[in-house]
Amino acid sequence: MNFLSIFVLIPVLMMLGLFLSNSRRQLLFFMTVGASLLMILSAVLTYFYFTERAAGDVATMLFTVDTVWYAPFNIHYSVGVDGISVVMLILTSIIVFTGVFASWKIDPLPKEFFLWFCLLSSGVFGFFISTDLFTMFMYYEIALIPMYLLIGIWGTGKKEYAAMKLTLMLMGGSALLLVGILGIYYGSGATTMNILEIAKLHIPIELQYYFFPLTFTGFGVLGAMFPFHTWSPDGHASAPTAVSMLHAGVLMKLGGYGCFRVAMYLMPEAAHELAWIFLILTGISVVYGAFAAIHQTDLKYINAYSSVSHCGLVLFAILMMNETAATGAILQMISHGLTTALFFALIGMIYGRTHTRLITEMGGLMKVLPFLGVSFVIAGLGSLGLPSLSGFVAEMTIFVGAFQHTDMFHRVLTILACSSIVITAVYILRMVGKFLLGKMQDPHHEHLKDATWYERISVVTLLFFMFALGSAPYWASEMIHNSVLPVIGQLIK
Amino acid sequence: MDYSSFLQMHEEFSLLAVMVFLLIFDIFASEKALKYFQPVALVLLTAHTIVNCFPRDAFDIAGGMFHYMPIQTYVKSILNIGTIIVLLQAHKFLNEDANRIKRGEFYFLTLSTLLGMYFMISSGNFLMFFIGLETASIPMATLVAFDKYNRKSAEAGAKYILSAVFASSISVFGISLIYGSTGTLYFSDLATLITGTPLQIMAFVFFSVGLFFKISLVPFHLWTPDVYEGAQTNITSYLSVISKGSAVFVLFTLLIKVFGNLVHQWQPILFGLAVVSITVANVFAVRQKNLKRFLAFSSISQAGYILLAIISGTQMGMASLVYYVLVYMFSNLAAFGVLSVIEERTGKVQMDDYNGLYQTNPRLSFVMMLALFSLAGIPPFAGFFSKFFVFSAAAAQGQYVLVFIALLNTIISLYYYLLVIKAMFLNKSENPIETIKSDFPVKLSLIICTAGILIVGLVSTIYNQISLLSFGM
Repeated sequence: MNFLSIFVLIPVLMMLGLFLSNSRRQLLFFMTVGASLLMILSAVLTYFYFTERAAGDVATMLFTVDTVWYAPFNIHYSVGVDGISVVMLILTSIIVFTGVFASWKIDPLPKEFFLWFCLLSSGVFGFFISTDLFTMFMYYEIALIPMYLLIGIWGTGKKEYAAMKLTLMLMGGSALLLVGILGIYYGSGATTMNILEIAKLHIPIELQYYFFPLTFTGFGVLGAMFPFHTWSPDGHASAPTAVSMLHAGVLMKLGGYGCFRVAMYLMPEAAHELAWIFLILTGISVVYGAFAAIHQTDLKYINAYSSVSHCGLVLFAILMMNETAATGAILQMISHGLTTALFFALIGMIYGRTHTRLITEMGGLMKVLPFLGVSFVIAGLGSLGLPSLSGFVAEMTIFVGAFQHTDMFHRVLTILACSSIVITAVYILRMVGKFLLGKMQDPHHEHLKDATWYERISVVTLLFFMFALGSAPYWASEMIHNSVLPVIGQLIK
Repeated sequence: MDYSSFLQMHEEFSLLAVMVFLLIFDIFASEKALKYFQPVALVLLTAHTIVNCFPRDAFDIAGGMFHYMPIQTYVKSILNIGTIIVLLQAHKFLNEDANRIKRGEFYFLTLSTLLGMYFMISSGNFLMFFIGLETASIPMATLVAFDKYNRKSAEAGAKYILSAVFASSISVFGISLIYGSTGTLYFSDLATLITGTPLQIMAFVFFSVGLFFKISLVPFHLWTPDVYEGAQTNITSYLSVISKGSAVFVLFTLLIKVFGNLVHQWQPILFGLAVVSITVANVFAVRQKNLKRFLAFSSISQAGYILLAIISGTQMGMASLVYYVLVYMFSNLAAFGVLSVIEERTGKVQMDDYNGLYQTNPRLSFVMMLALFSLAGIPPFAGFFSKFFVFSAAAAQGQYVLVFIALLNTIISLYYYLLVIKAMFLNKSENPIETIKSDFPVKLSLIICTAGILIVGLVSTIYNQISLLSFGM
């Protein structure tokens, strides 16, 4: 046990506390807020420890601990972080924290809601700290299953259908993934399931041809890769606010992170050979997601399709297989995580007031909800890549990296993917123009109240980090860049 | 002949002592003392379990008729624990006026099937094996028909005995062919004598039907849903866990020890059976509305997953098989426990009756949910680990295609397990099942199962212990 385990320990203890506590809303709320504050604190501490130690330490992973768990299968509980995991930990803790504030009014069964929410976050945190294939896979699945109940019980709209679809599709992905993991383990002839150790070995190329597509698709399902993205719009649209935030903000990043850390790191040859297939698929995600978003009228559907497009960009970038693009991919994960979480939080808050999410039924809300309206506009600008907000840094880095390839195929795809920025501008500006500006559609909306203090906390926190990443990306990008190198080193060897 | 070596059969003698004591107690004890029949029985069984849970060195008795291996102790302990849980759950049923006089019989019959399984597990000769198999089957049929005024129960009893006898007669035919072609029935001699002649392959095919029937693999499963539905729920859970668990273990040892040379013949057979069992059972389970039939199909597909461990045929496969049975026991008994409590109090077994159960019975629904998640293989519950190990054992032998098919099937199975969870947690109901206050024995059994589901996976000691003792047969 070392201090990284605290990220799993806090949610688990939290669940125990919730299980024993009564259902008084205030108590539950302050418990969860306390716990999520602790998590932010530990994430920030990890960051500082990491920057301090990284100065002289060139090891791939820091703070590693390795405890034997199931000796006959060489399963270890091994944890460790590099720059990528640290920023993901920070992102997760921010979104859990803001998600708790966004679910102040959750009803019914608040206790059960927070219980499942904590299980979900323990899975996500666990995934980012583990370096063992089995442990990683276990946490991955732990993060998936609470979604069924979270959407099914507390969701809106076609929630039962959406919950079932999401769970089954993601579990289908993890089934492919499990075959991939077993193939990696037995194919490499490793005597450990530790990723860093397996990376030193060589998996025969003919096995890689089978297991790379399986692993990549397995993670790609969660990363909303075309054609496996269909769970995302339904799932995100039906989920309660905090769950949409956490799911679109963090869970979809598990897919990208896994593709990068497992599929490409461990099977570099096949990644080279087969990258073109997945580049085309993710390219479709990027463009198709953006076009689909134009067509939608439901705020959550717009944002869900926009997530498909932006998460597609993450996978697109890591498949470019160079330092710059990969750094951009990780930056995009954080940027999209923050932006989309902010979007979902704001949509949830607006929906809580207007009881509709259709942009055709709203208008002129800026007058009555100035705080929410302005934040929405900022989030929108961040999403379409306005300089000084996080989206710009990430997308810029990705496209610069992608353009380093000089061949026709990559160039064409990059240009096509670039066009998604323009399409994003279309749907964001159209959405803002329709429901925030213009004439008031519904007379009932004239007496709406602007954000309450707890909603403001949630929004301001997210905005702050968006600005922080956008105007001074150095604190994150340097660390990410250093940690991307070992993986890229494998790929260009 | 030196009969003192017989005394080494600790497990069997100790169980026999418990059985005989309970029989005498039931016949001769006063009305007042009989009130304590069940507690006494359970305490004795617990003592029997604890005394016999320490593995010893391997030995042979009666010239190899009875062959003991350390791992058998664990298998028998798992069966013991399962039996105790089932008996705890049957506590209320046996205290009803109509059944109180038959209580002694219930215990005696249950324990004699257990004894039969003991002998089957430890057999070193086909005759011994067959005696064990029959000792386990025939009382089982009586138990299935236990609720004699219930038409369905009687029908189930008749169905079970007819198909069981049919299956074991085919099995005996197979054994006779083995004897005909080799001239011996001792497992240790057969290992080298079975070389793969066509007659021996035929013998194997006929013989294995008896076990496939017990494990209820497709296409030998047709009795399962009807019998599971008709029998009293506690018997059903006994049938689905204990009877099946012993049979898969025996199948594994026989395939390796006796039919080791036929590996290229039995591997494709089992491959086909595993694929068909898992898929057919899953597809049928989706359509079930009656939860007992539902769990029947679910248990068929679980048996299919166990075959993956058997196909691997390695030490890892054996360890993961025993572990799978252990985990499956806790999960399935938890599900059946909840089912039987609700059926006893309200008579409701349809899935629609479970709508809104969480509102009225949060604890029962919670246990049911854990059980179903564990059966579906969701972490951090034990079922995830057991499934992973079974898949891992098969993948280690390069059976990636099989693993892939099995994994795709886990999605179907997750779908139908989620249907029950959906009914309990998501659906609303006009008249949900009223709040049930379960009595202490049932609570205890559910607590044991829940603890098992939560602990067995996360604590690796249990698997490691099993793995230590799973070596060459």
